[in-house]
Amino acid sequence: MSIFVDEKTRVVVQGLTGSQGRFHGLRNRDYGTQVVAGVTPGKGGTDVDGTPVFDSCAEAVAATGADASFVVVPPKGAPEAIIDAAAAGISFIVCITEGIPAQDEALFYNRLRRDFPDTRLLGPNCPGVISPGKCNIGITSGDIALAGGPVGIVSRSGTLTYQALHELSQQGVGQTTCVGIGGDPVPGTNFIDCLAAFEADPDTLAVMMIGEIGGAEEERAAQFIAEHLSKPVVAYVAGVTAPAGRKMGHAGAIISGSQGTAQAKMEALAAAGVVVANNPTEAGERMVEIVRKLG
Amino acid sequence: MDLYEYQGKQYFARFGIPTSPGGVADTVDEAVAQADVAGYPVVVKAQVKVGGRGKAGGIQLAADADEVRRHAETILGMDIKGHVVHRVWIERSSDIAREYYASFTLDRSAKKHLCMVSAKGGVDIEEVAATDPGAIARLHIDPVDGLDEATAASLVAEAGLDEEAREQAAQLLVLLYACYVEGDCDLAEINPLILTTDGRVHALDAKVTLDDNATFRHPEWAEFAGTETLDDRELLAKEKGLNYIGLSGSVGIIANGAGLAMSTLDVVNQVGGTAANFLDIGGGANADVMAAALEVINTDEAVRSIFVNIFGGITRCDEVAKGIVEALERVDLRSPIVLRLDGTNAPEGRQILAGHVSDRLVVEETMLGAARRAVTLAGGAK
Repeated sequence: MSIFVDEKTRVVVQGLTGSQGRFHGLRNRDYGTQVVAGVTPGKGGTDVDGTPVFDSCAEAVAATGADASFVVVPPKGAPEAIIDAAAAGISFIVCITEGIPAQDEALFYNRLRRDFPDTRLLGPNCPGVISPGKCNIGITSGDIALAGGPVGIVSRSGTLTYQALHELSQQGVGQTTCVGIGGDPVPGTNFIDCLAAFEADPDTLAVMMIGEIGGAEEERAAQFIAEHLSKPVVAYVAGVTAPAGRKMGHAGAIISGSQGTAQAKMEALAAAGVVVANNPTEAGERMVEIVRKLG
Repeated sequence: MDLYEYQGKQYFARFGIPTSPGGVADTVDEAVAQADVAGYPVVVKAQVKVGGRGKAGGIQLAADADEVRRHAETILGMDIKGHVVHRVWIERSSDIAREYYASFTLDRSAKKHLCMVSAKGGVDIEEVAATDPGAIARLHIDPVDGLDEATAASLVAEAGLDEEAREQAAQLLVLLYACYVEGDCDLAEINPLILTTDGRVHALDAKVTLDDNATFRHPEWAEFAGTETLDDRELLAKEKGLNYIGLSGSVGIIANGAGLAMSTLDVVNQVGGTAANFLDIGGGANADVMAAALEVINTDEAVRSIFVNIFGGITRCDEVAKGIVEALERVDLRSPIVLRLDGTNAPEGRQILAGHVSDRLVVEETMLGAARRAVTLAGGAK
């Protein structure tokens, strides 16, 4: 099994007619994902390489039965696109858009919770989700993932998500699902959501978690792991050498005062029984050892 | 982007938040002229983006023009925690009866806005939070609902503000919330928020951090550009649209994605090296961006090797490879490049580079291997 998405997931790509949407949407389709529609307001009735384009998600859902959306829309239009998808009844939305103002993120996060509580948003500013061999929604290169499990991956950083997949696949260890939750201040889906889903998934036998400096999400995840996870967890936290007070690219990745340091996060995770690695390669090696022992 | 106090006050003024009348000055003569306009006595305040100005002597009261002259002479050029003062803010001195605190920021755990108000203002609020947490009234605000005056009124009452200040303070909070939301602030803070002896409530300081992601809908922010405290290299990087932070080591770092860039710094450190910088070329970087990144790093004379660590997702490795080739032709690079390339279109990228590999461009298979090589080329482990 897998979490969030599988071979039955039917995806509409919002922004399919743009250059990024076309590149990644068609790449997801080539991977085997059921990309059933595109949405670009004003371009309904056209198609992109055979995939029909609609003016709104409501029309796309009515015509194709799409139940997931991939938002590849610039920051200005992304909030509207997300609400359009939720209002159409889409239950899983992946938004890769980087650079959405924090005020907009806080607003649509709370609007979704209130008006569309059954809709899950992944991102914004995330690489997406891949259940290897079944479904890939986002910008992850499908060929670095390996189908068959048994490892679930959850990561706050895009490129480190790829690194984590790569480290495991190179060693012949597959993944059930790999989720990139993104590094923005208000992620729609957090570590705990993913850890709970992996715990409930019978095919996921171990979890790899990639965190980074800033905020307190890793600390909260550590507490959740201590209380709720029966499966082994390997973690890596990026930013041990990051200077305090400087934004490291992600709006979320900033150390203020003594809060949010990599060291504090690593200690919290270790105290929760997590195997904490010093770099992505070591995290991969520790996970391979664990999987080999599980047989 | 952090604003200077004077910019923060000017930003507040756009939203109708009351502040003391005043103006900026870059010279002693300008300071006197501003003081003459504001009316004596005035306060001469150093404009630096660092706390502890008062303790460093960067805030002085002046009763007349001679005192303004004397204080401005001392403060302009003063070094406060490594920040040289180039500008002062002159404002009419206020007769302070009470000092409060008010701020809005995003509580990332609660995923709602957080308003904090305290009757114990004028001091380090983190100190108050640590020693007397009950002195700070907190309110989470759902952005869908916003903040109305009745809710603001009960918050200032809960915070224990003096009776005569409450109505004005509640009104000011609603204005500050509008500034925070519509003005796209990451932080809007007033410390101290004062009650004057004649019963007026206004902002005596302004701490504003703007959300850089919202620049596209704030053309008026252009006036703040160029006043940031960046060194030449950081300015060059900003012009090129790169996310660069200078550090003091000898291995230049270029990576795509903040997480991978941070991790690259960590790994270089773990194998005994020191990073010269953090540089995230971001998602979807093309050949131009890559070439620009190499140019920026090339201006750092401390750099002995450049570690380019790319894991393509939205970034395509063939574009990265083209950028490196272009940079090799365009820029006279002083340091060798150690490259690690994986992910989207990596085989195409490696093919583009195949004819250019030399002792100036080394390709390594793994991140750890590349880090070791880069550290060796930079003169070995420390």
